[in-house]
Amino acid sequence: MTQAGGSLRVSSKYLAYLVPLGAVGFALLVATIMLLALDASPIEGFRALFRGAFGSTDALIETSLKATPLLFVGVGITIAFRANVINIGGEGQMVAGGLLSTMAALWLPDMSAFIMLPTVLIMGFVGGAIWGFIPGYLKAYFGVNEILSTIMLNVVAVQLMNYLLRQPLIDPAEIERGTRIPQTERLQEGADLPLMFGSDRLHIGPLLAVLAAIAAYILLWRTPLGYRLRAVGQNPDASRYAGIPVKRTITLALTLSGALCGLAGAVLVFGSEGHRMVTDGSTAGFTGSAGFNGIVAALFGGLHPIFTIPASFLFGGLLVGGLSLQRAVQVPSALILALNGLVVIFVVSTDRYRQRLRDQDARRAALQTVESEPAGDRGGGDEP
Amino acid sequence: MAVFAVVAVIAAACGSDSESAPEGFRIGIVAPSASNDLAFTQSIVDAANALAGDPEILITDGTFVVEDAATAIRGYAADGVDLVIAHGSQYGGSVEQIAQDFPDTIFAWGTAADTFGLPNVYAYEAASDEGGYVMGVMAAALSETGNIGIVGPIEVGDAKLYVDGFKAGAESGGANVSVVYTGSFSDVALAKTSAEAFASQNVDVMSGTAQMVVGAVGVAVTEDILWFGTQSNQSELGDIVVASQVYKWEVVLEQILADINDGVKGGRVYEVNLENGGEVIEFNDDFDLPGDVKSLGEDAIDGIKDGSISTS
Amino acid sequence: MSEFFTEAVLIATIASGIRFAVPLLLAGLGEAYGQRSGVLNLGVDGVMLLGAFGGYYTVLKVGNVWIGLLAGLGVGLILGLISAFITVTLKADQGISGIGVFLFGLGMSDLLFQRLVGTPRFIDTFPRIEIPLLGDIPWIGEMLFRQNLVVYLAFLAIPVSMVVINRTTFGMKIRAVGENPEAADSLGVSVAKVRYATMLIGGTLAGVAGAALAIDLGIFQQNITNAQGFIAIALVYFGAWRPLGVMLGALLYGFVNSLVIQWKTLGIITDSWSDFAAMAPAIITILALVVVATRFRAPSALTKPFERGE
Repeated sequence: MTQAGGSLRVSSKYLAYLVPLGAVGFALLVATIMLLALDASPIEGFRALFRGAFGSTDALIETSLKATPLLFVGVGITIAFRANVINIGGEGQMVAGGLLSTMAALWLPDMSAFIMLPTVLIMGFVGGAIWGFIPGYLKAYFGVNEILSTIMLNVVAVQLMNYLLRQPLIDPAEIERGTRIPQTERLQEGADLPLMFGSDRLHIGPLLAVLAAIAAYILLWRTPLGYRLRAVGQNPDASRYAGIPVKRTITLALTLSGALCGLAGAVLVFGSEGHRMVTDGSTAGFTGSAGFNGIVAALFGGLHPIFTIPASFLFGGLLVGGLSLQRAVQVPSALILALNGLVVIFVVSTDRYRQRLRDQDARRAALQTVESEPAGDRGGGDEP
Repeated sequence: MAVFAVVAVIAAACGSDSESAPEGFRIGIVAPSASNDLAFTQSIVDAANALAGDPEILITDGTFVVEDAATAIRGYAADGVDLVIAHGSQYGGSVEQIAQDFPDTIFAWGTAADTFGLPNVYAYEAASDEGGYVMGVMAAALSETGNIGIVGPIEVGDAKLYVDGFKAGAESGGANVSVVYTGSFSDVALAKTSAEAFASQNVDVMSGTAQMVVGAVGVAVTEDILWFGTQSNQSELGDIVVASQVYKWEVVLEQILADINDGVKGGRVYEVNLENGGEVIEFNDDFDLPGDVKSLGEDAIDGIKDGSISTS
Repeated sequence: MSEFFTEAVLIATIASGIRFAVPLLLAGLGEAYGQRSGVLNLGVDGVMLLGAFGGYYTVLKVGNVWIGLLAGLGVGLILGLISAFITVTLKADQGISGIGVFLFGLGMSDLLFQRLVGTPRFIDTFPRIEIPLLGDIPWIGEMLFRQNLVVYLAFLAIPVSMVVINRTTFGMKIRAVGENPEAADSLGVSVAKVRYATMLIGGTLAGVAGAALAIDLGIFQQNITNAQGFIAIALVYFGAWRPLGVMLGALLYGFVNSLVIQWKTLGIITDSWSDFAAMAPAIITILALVVVATRFRAPSALTKPFERGE
């Protein structure tokens, strides 16, 4: 790579953000080939994809709504990653947050939104936090690999969801009618996420997610706790030597990460079309795989909470547009899932290259300025 | 709050004057599994394709994610599709919301019994307990050991209805019935393990519902255990298949089309059952069913039709 | 409860458990090679799904189960190569790229099935082979020695892997690369080559595991593995990265599953408890992970891409 001159120096930082876009472009190229193989018109397909994602006000609203859980999860993943903890349990944590907030809305008396809304959001936060605390504690104090424990906890969460929605939380009308659909009744209106801008669709979920991202940014780079999290992530031994309670910090990282995923679950329930929780028997049926896709959004955003905002929006658009593509050219939905996987693979595979670009930039910046962030950061540690 | 539902009784001799779709009619189907799954989703796709008048059929299948299904339902409505079929119990909450936003679009939701009091929503369901009961009666008669096993996914909705009906029918025939819900709609290996467990307990007739049951059918084939299928004709899976309960959703769809031609756009609940021919027991030609067992089944069908037999 | 202690039921529980364990064992064994060399491959389930489709489709077209198994092997080999390229050459994050491979395999296998096959149809399954003499032993013979050839081969792979990992120079290189890649590199061992080799072994075994599953079930459908690939990864930790441990883990998981089902069918576990019973394998695995984690140590370089000269 040729790196010379002031103008190029500025662009290399932004070039780093273009790499994931290139990866998406490559995935779209593969998509073209697959669409041709399926006898579908790629031009018509991609037009539908773009229009469905960004082509109208309604499309932008759908994209924002789809991006919301991705952003919550992405921010949560970022916090964990910064402490060098990989949280693959977003799916289960979303379910846990959704369940606990649903129970609150269902079992508490009807109250005004001023009380109910914060209550259910807090319960979502707590539910996810519990589901994140378990693997965090097991990792910190027993050395249990968090990837495995979170995967297993996803399995436990789905069975818990199936049990609760089938027995204690089920809509009494479902029993009465004998249809027994595993869903709650319509939850109290006080818990509905309020709508914004006079839209009948756009609720405050996206706004909450953006606020969460800003809060996470402040937490990570403007508070002692954030410093500890990042220090533990970079060098646990040195951190321990410096007197940082490493075990507690690791537990906290996964707990916070889970809590944000739990918020995503609560927003899914109270911002859903049906304003209720329903299961099809699988986690993905509830989460839409946001627990996984949020990880990709976080990587898109260079593991930086602020940049995860546009990244989630873009990725949400891709998912919404994919559904629109499916409807327009009538290909099996499995194609969208396969492409989703390819986007993940391509983005992650080019991540190193992106980091290298950013590191070059950071190294130059370090030469110029005396003060700098701790070295060896994953590349997103500098100011936006 | 009791939902007032008009369960229409359709003339048993349907098919003679099958209702034709209006010119340029477009139907959008949103369903949770693959459109050629030999089961739940295929049954509605086949029914839509069987409609007269050659309506345009658009399909979004495999949308087990509820919010994705909602996006698709909304998408079809926004695209100006005339009738949007939300073919999954779990889509109800979404239909309720979206139908209010698109009052000129007609929605059909199944399997369910609630139209939310909306004038542009139909609900349709299957009395799967009826066919289950009939096959349960025959299963009891065919079983030599008297032990019958049923494999189910999760104890909900249509699956529970079918399993309960089958169990009641088999028990009325004096059989000892054991039910296992594996806890998953997709775990084929666990369905196979369940069937192996039944095989070890001298079970010689089995049934089951949901897409993972193929695992159990496989055991039935190798262990020579008789099988009763549901949701679509499973005879091609092997000569151990005695009979299958098949849904003919066209009975419901034609009624909806008739309503539309009459200017009625929803608010009604329709059901497929033995009486209206929307539910049919299809026998496997490759299985040599003794005449007396078959007549037991036919008696049960008559009994259910005239109300002298209760399936619960 | 007394019904459980009949000969037929006990034998079936054990035999089912063994059969259930085989795909987990094969995939887990493959994963163990990768992890011993420092590569965590989370894409196993995706590889299994594509291997399952490859095996199923081949048997459907050719009619020979062994050619089907070879097809699964081929699919696994190719995907192992791709996974190695992603994690070793491109140095992508191992956990997340694996999720990508999983999602791709989940969607792609379903897409191929819908386009090339459509309506589910049964295929031939593996013929059962009764080992002479041993198969005649009462009880034990029926449980252990009347299985199909793949079961025997899977269990044969355990001692073979023990020898390969612990007694050969290749195995020594695997362990060196997984524990201290810098030192291995300085001794002239190519970290990349060793990791490519283990990823190829892992991919191949995952592909075979998928094909073995589909051919054993005689059918393919969307998500036929139902996350068995992820269970297999957990079993590697459970087994403390040792082939014998992976085998014990797979067998335990298989037995718990078949026991839970057997008890459900006998009414020993009632319906209202069935959701909790379905959680049992996952919870037992978590508890086992705790025990293993306090006693054994993971390969030091696990999940860490190797950067030369840093």
